[in-house]
Amino acid sequence: MAPGTFLCMLAFAMAVFTREQVHAIAALANLELDEAEIELFTRQLGDILAYADEVQKVDTRGIPPTASVLTRYPADRPDRVRPSLSPQEALANAPDPAPDSQAKPGGLFRVPRVIG
Amino acid sequence: MNPPATVRDIRDTVRGRSRSASEVCRTALDRLEAVEPSLHAFNTITRAQALARAAEIDGAFDRWRDQPLVGVPIALKDNLCTKGVRTTASSRMLEAYLPPYDATVVAKLEAAGAIVIGKTNCDEFAMGSSNENSAFGPAHNPWALDRTPGGSSGGSAAAVAAGITPLAFGSDTGGSIRQPAAMCGVVGLKPTYGRVSRYGLIAFGSSLDQIGPLTRTVHDAALTLGVIAGADEADATSVPEAVPDYAAALTGDLRGTRVGVPARLLEQGVDPEVAGAFEASLATLASRGATLVDMDLPHARYATAVYYLVATAEASSNLARYDGVRYGYRDDGGHDTLHMMYARTRERGFGPEVKRRIMLGTYVLSAGYYEAYYLKAQQVRTLILRDYEQAFERADVVAMPTSPVPAFTLGERIADPLQMYLGDVFTVSANLTGLPAISVPCGFTRGQLPIGLQLTGRRFDEATLLRIADAYERDTDWWKQAPAR
Repeated sequence: MAPGTFLCMLAFAMAVFTREQVHAIAALANLELDEAEIELFTRQLGDILAYADEVQKVDTRGIPPTASVLTRYPADRPDRVRPSLSPQEALANAPDPAPDSQAKPGGLFRVPRVIG
Repeated sequence: MNPPATVRDIRDTVRGRSRSASEVCRTALDRLEAVEPSLHAFNTITRAQALARAAEIDGAFDRWRDQPLVGVPIALKDNLCTKGVRTTASSRMLEAYLPPYDATVVAKLEAAGAIVIGKTNCDEFAMGSSNENSAFGPAHNPWALDRTPGGSSGGSAAAVAAGITPLAFGSDTGGSIRQPAAMCGVVGLKPTYGRVSRYGLIAFGSSLDQIGPLTRTVHDAALTLGVIAGADEADATSVPEAVPDYAAALTGDLRGTRVGVPARLLEQGVDPEVAGAFEASLATLASRGATLVDMDLPHARYATAVYYLVATAEASSNLARYDGVRYGYRDDGGHDTLHMMYARTRERGFGPEVKRRIMLGTYVLSAGYYEAYYLKAQQVRTLILRDYEQAFERADVVAMPTSPVPAFTLGERIADPLQMYLGDVFTVSANLTGLPAISVPCGFTRGQLPIGLQLTGRRFDEATLLRIADAYERDTDWWKQAPAR
């Protein structure tokens, strides 16, 4: 057995989630889950991943990954200026817009303090 | 009882001036308002705008007469952006969102003379197979109101089945057009990935999503695909393949046509009544001259696992944009920091299924798990693609049931997400491979629930796919049946 194989098997055997892992993933995903959700997701994500582990049975040595099924079509096009949203339109759906003013020409998206 | 009118019926009626666009539009709106309390198929009804547009068409009729969808009332899934008309994706996050632009398909449909009468209910951000994940409550199946219409485009399927509009639009990331079409007894087409512009479709899984029509007949699906297909500068994944006259391809001729049947894939977990209807549909195809070809798709059994790794990864990335800053919901809890505002907004703006998928997707993309899950899934995706390439050397389409089960009862599966996911076993492969696929009505259970036949075709060869589906439809009358009014 190659040294990496054992570690891999260990990782898959651990597909059962812990609450700590769910907390850590929620932080990565910018989600503030409540206690009930942490509990529910710990169980459900474990179940789903245990099923998804089926893919580990497939021999994929030397198989390239498919990220997109379209490879034959170049997406390039000439770069040219086209009409776009006005600042007013861009701000129309903002939860907390700062309107157009002399101090803030065009207006701004307002957010809470960034640096604690 | 006559079946509800088709797109072609209505278009020809308006074109021949036996009814005005305004009369047709009012009939559709009246029907909608009569059945909506029991169906909950719509999030927004655009009565005033629709009647204004109908009047505009009637008033300048010479200019509109020859348009392919002149005067046809349509419904749009609520994840297709409509300028100035609320577009929610059935999420609290976008409950008050007014898009500043139209999706490309919406612009094309309106230019073709269609009239939007409303935005349909769906699973939140198109994530679900039963419409129960809508933040505004589920839609109901017109054939049995205590059952789901399927999902995620459940409201669109219900609208067509109930005879509100002859045409509705959905998006299909893992079966979200085809499965509700099957469960509601209508036709649902997922075009080839790249065939239809996704500009203005609220993104879920960007390598999988595709927009398509739900209709009563294959002819109507063909007619509609001709309107919405084609390259679009605003979507770099839409491709400049020629768009043929799809309706003209419907010859009814199946001689020399080979229909692939992956018998081994169908051995497990298919409801006996669904299996019976599927077998009977194969016999119908054969009786019209098609040859049945037994085939194996050895990796298709991994498709559901691959799909839920790939789709959730893409979803977690796409949904990172909902942060309460530029548009959409923001939690107004008086937060000390920007980060706290993000986390509370997302916690309160998203429903449970969306959060579950963001969590799973974040996990499979995270350091230490990326290779074992996301990369591995993409490699198996390649093997599934190769299976289909080989299949199409021996067959012109691959046939399967669309859903292994008929419409299930509301609430029956919601507590067990994995069970819900496993119901997508026959539909997800077409998204992973990008191939076009269609669901057509192929029977009913003893309890009078519709059953769908799914055909998957070659890349960008919707013409052959539609020809075979139409030929099948000509020999059956399942599509003519409508739920009790």
